[in-house]
Amino acid sequence: MDFLQLVISGLANGCVYGLIALGFVLIYKATEAVNFAQGDFMMLGAFICIGFTNHEYMSLNFWLAVPLSIFLMGILGYLFNWGVLRHMFGQSQTSVVILTIALGFIIRFLAGAIWSHEPTSLETPFAGQDIRTGGLVLGIDEILIVVVTAVLTLIFFLFFSRTRIGLAMQAASQNQLAAYYMGIPVKRIQSLVWGLSGMVAAVAGILFASKGAIDPSTGLLGIKAFAAAAIGGFGSLPGALLGGLIIGLSEPLASRYGPPGVSQIAPYAILLLILIFRPGGIFSQTQQKKV
Amino acid sequence: MSINTKAPKVVLKIDNLESYYGPIQAIRGVSLKVNEGQIVTVLGANGAGKTTLLKTISGVMDPEKGTIKMDGIDIHSLEPDAIVHHGIVHVPEGREIFPLMTVAENIAMGAYTRKDHSSITDDEEMVYSYFPILKDRRNQRAGTLSGGQQQMLAIGRGLMSLPKLMLLDEPSLGLSPMLTQEIFEIIVRLNKEQKVTMMLVEQNAKVALDAADYGYVMELGRIVMNDTAEVLATSKDIQEFYLGVSQDENQRGQRRWKQRKTWR
Repeated sequence: MDFLQLVISGLANGCVYGLIALGFVLIYKATEAVNFAQGDFMMLGAFICIGFTNHEYMSLNFWLAVPLSIFLMGILGYLFNWGVLRHMFGQSQTSVVILTIALGFIIRFLAGAIWSHEPTSLETPFAGQDIRTGGLVLGIDEILIVVVTAVLTLIFFLFFSRTRIGLAMQAASQNQLAAYYMGIPVKRIQSLVWGLSGMVAAVAGILFASKGAIDPSTGLLGIKAFAAAAIGGFGSLPGALLGGLIIGLSEPLASRYGPPGVSQIAPYAILLLILIFRPGGIFSQTQQKKV
Repeated sequence: MSINTKAPKVVLKIDNLESYYGPIQAIRGVSLKVNEGQIVTVLGANGAGKTTLLKTISGVMDPEKGTIKMDGIDIHSLEPDAIVHHGIVHVPEGREIFPLMTVAENIAMGAYTRKDHSSITDDEEMVYSYFPILKDRRNQRAGTLSGGQQQMLAIGRGLMSLPKLMLLDEPSLGLSPMLTQEIFEIIVRLNKEQKVTMMLVEQNAKVALDAADYGYVMELGRIVMNDTAEVLATSKDIQEFYLGVSQDENQRGQRRWKQRKTWR
């Protein structure tokens, strides 16, 4: 029972990591740049929702605040690509990466200035509720995280394989030049992908903050999610989720059964092992990308 | 000239085009036109600026000077996706396909700009009728196709936008002589049966002149010669420098140690 309990809390954490990793991979595939502010997007999404729904702020209905903050983060992602990155089109990847790191710092500072640096929890209708079955305590929040992630995965799968715009995103990520030749508006597609990963980040943030306290430096969690993305094979969406789950599971299991401190290292130890034995990640896509 | 002779309609008209790769001028004032229903070829060696010319037409590169008119509308400053809406499709060199998508998905992407979803299925069948091998492979990932099949896929995908003008960049690149022959036969059939005007860039002058109605010869970013394909094919310079037919030896039984082109 003890083990199962750990697995469930690990899965819930892993889903959050997986969702942040998903944001990394989406942007990497579409624009070939890594958004190091993805963790901070997650944090910002959470704080926007806190700002909408918590009592000391606007105290809106929770079920209204959630879609509102997801939508707002989507707009922010789109605008950042449209307003800033599009003008750096053709610049080296390094400058884009440094720009996103700077963006992360700015978001952290702004969030601290607006919502203070104190850890805050999202007030949810289901806070503290749980289901007890045979010695197992399942928090509603944990169940919700797993369910929402599963549903989101399904939506993403259908979106990328069935819809016109999803297929265009795939095409643009596999061969940008050919996508141009087919009349796909690549720049707008890239902005949309940024919007999409902003929305995913918001979902991850809301789930995270409904489970525990969040503060502006929580965005540094993004590094763990980055490891998750690399474990899954940077560039693979299912890989990102799987990598997230592996890391999420490793933490509670390592802290329960391993020597003290190991849980802190476990994600990176796994990353190291994966990189040594399977350098492309679990779902490595051997097909070389041409630009 | 009889009164009935209609002047051929000009689809594409380029005037004094100049394009740069960074500081390097790749196109130095090119003017040319493509008539409706024709296959026009642009011949030239490596680095003559042929690919740059096509990229400038399809909008992937912006020209520094000059105009590009498609059906009389200037398109030289438009984004590539807008240019596809004007009826130009670029089939790039080196089979730029979507490697992780299936053959069918690749072909479907070719119809991205189209709104008439009902007739897309018919056109897919049309593409498969020209390239039956693609129908057999339609659920296979495009990256696993052979070079010749990828070239067929690139052409078939280009057809799906129902272009008025197709820009073909080196369709023979890396293909065996047999496959090259096969691809060019299909190109000619598409021109005749589907009424697609073609602008064909090639290093392989022999096959290109066989297929084309009119030809331009490009060197170092300039057009140095242009005429109908038959005239070009019999021209001494073209035979010497592009078709590899050796000229008569002189009275001493030796070939000149250095040939001069008439346009230099």
